Amino acid sequence: MSIRQGLLALLEQGPMYGYQLRAEFETRTGATWPLNVGQVYTTLSRLERDGLVEPAGEDEDGHAVYRITDPGRAEVATWFSTPVSRTSPPRDELAIKLAMAVTVPGVDVRAVVQGQRSATLRALQDYTRLKSRATGPAPQDLAWLLVLDSLVFAAEAEVRWLDHCEARLARAASERGTEQPTPATSATSVQEARR
Amino acid sequence: MIAAPTSGTGPVLELRGLTRVHGHGESVVHALRGIDLRVVAGELVAVMGPSGSGKSTLLTCAGGLDSPTTGAVLVEGIELGSLSRAELAALRRRSIGYVFQDFNLIPALTAAENVALPRELDGESSRSARRSALIALAEVGIDELADRFPDDMSGGQQQRVAIARAIVGDRRLVLADEPTGALDTETGEQVLRLLRARCDAGAAGVLVTHEARHAAWADRVVFLRDGLAVDETGPTDAAESLLDAGTGR
Repeated sequence: MSIRQGLLALLEQGPMYGYQLRAEFETRTGATWPLNVGQVYTTLSRLERDGLVEPAGEDEDGHAVYRITDPGRAEVATWFSTPVSRTSPPRDELAIKLAMAVTVPGVDVRAVVQGQRSATLRALQDYTRLKSRATGPAPQDLAWLLVLDSLVFAAEAEVRWLDHCEARLARAASERGTEQPTPATSATSVQEARR
Repeated sequence: MIAAPTSGTGPVLELRGLTRVHGHGESVVHALRGIDLRVVAGELVAVMGPSGSGKSTLLTCAGGLDSPTTGAVLVEGIELGSLSRAELAALRRRSIGYVFQDFNLIPALTAAENVALPRELDGESSRSARRSALIALAEVGIDELADRFPDDMSGGQQQRVAIARAIVGDRRLVLADEPTGALDTETGEQVLRLLRARCDAGAAGVLVTHEARHAAWADRVVFLRDGLAVDETGPTDAAESLLDAGTGR
């Protein structure tokens, strides 16, 4: 998983101890995916078990320092040169909710779409505010900005998909006939339009 | 001369019960069905909606380029409907800046001349208008391109000139209609940062866009559907919640 490879990539820059690794990871990703130090040490011991890192003694303050091994470097190189797999999409609660909403009678699908769009846009506004503050020239700032952009583009994609759902639902409802779609009938009409 | 803010607290733009009907009889189109909106100094409001939702009509009415069928548009407390054509044109030049998707620059004029034009039309001497233009061009970061012609500039640079023209002379209402439509994502973002900075410096802005990524630069986002505002998104109260918003689902 990405924590394992992320820590390995950090160790490629030089030996580090657990707290240091956590701090470096969070500097680059802006604490978007907070790590607890326990996770870091668990990961380090698995990496050691697999021969990808090895203990490098203690620093003057008594921290247990780890260094990367040659197989570890190879693992990092492979990670950077291999695309992240999209073959198993992460379970998407929103897509599942929408799929249920259009098929379960009595659900106001438009309201579901609209409520979600507002919430996603609010998150998008928050990311954008953070972006407008983080403008330092340091590589770590750039890393954090790119992570923010990733969140921004994902949220934007969700809003576009919701717009698409809304338009598709409206078309399905109008194809169904002349009656004004009430929430319940618009749900069933889409269901039937899909057959 | 830079016009002093007429009123410190009142909205720079106010739309009251705005409706706009195009055509009549069989082919009647209700572009706007009753829109209320207030935009104060320092605020950027985004208007989103599918094609035909009325968002461009809203903007042209707000800018005095179109007249509402019923309802009122007030810019810095002045109702546009109460003005003569000449007064309206003067108010547009003094108070309202417009940014379009396709820049609308005059190809035969340099960047500085394009930006200075509204000031000169307003009776300012050409030397003073050029000075104002250079200030505006510096604010958008391209004063070194002042004597270039639009055709010798990239799309992003042309849009910066258009923004400079929209803000020259300290106009307090900036209306932008899909200003990033013709630009790549990185350049588009720079344009949004400029609009945002201008509003942070005290202007009121309305941005029409279909891109959520750009609307997110606004303080509020208004969704239009069939000529009605169906929803409005303000900023969240707690900035700390944002990381949960991104990763929590």
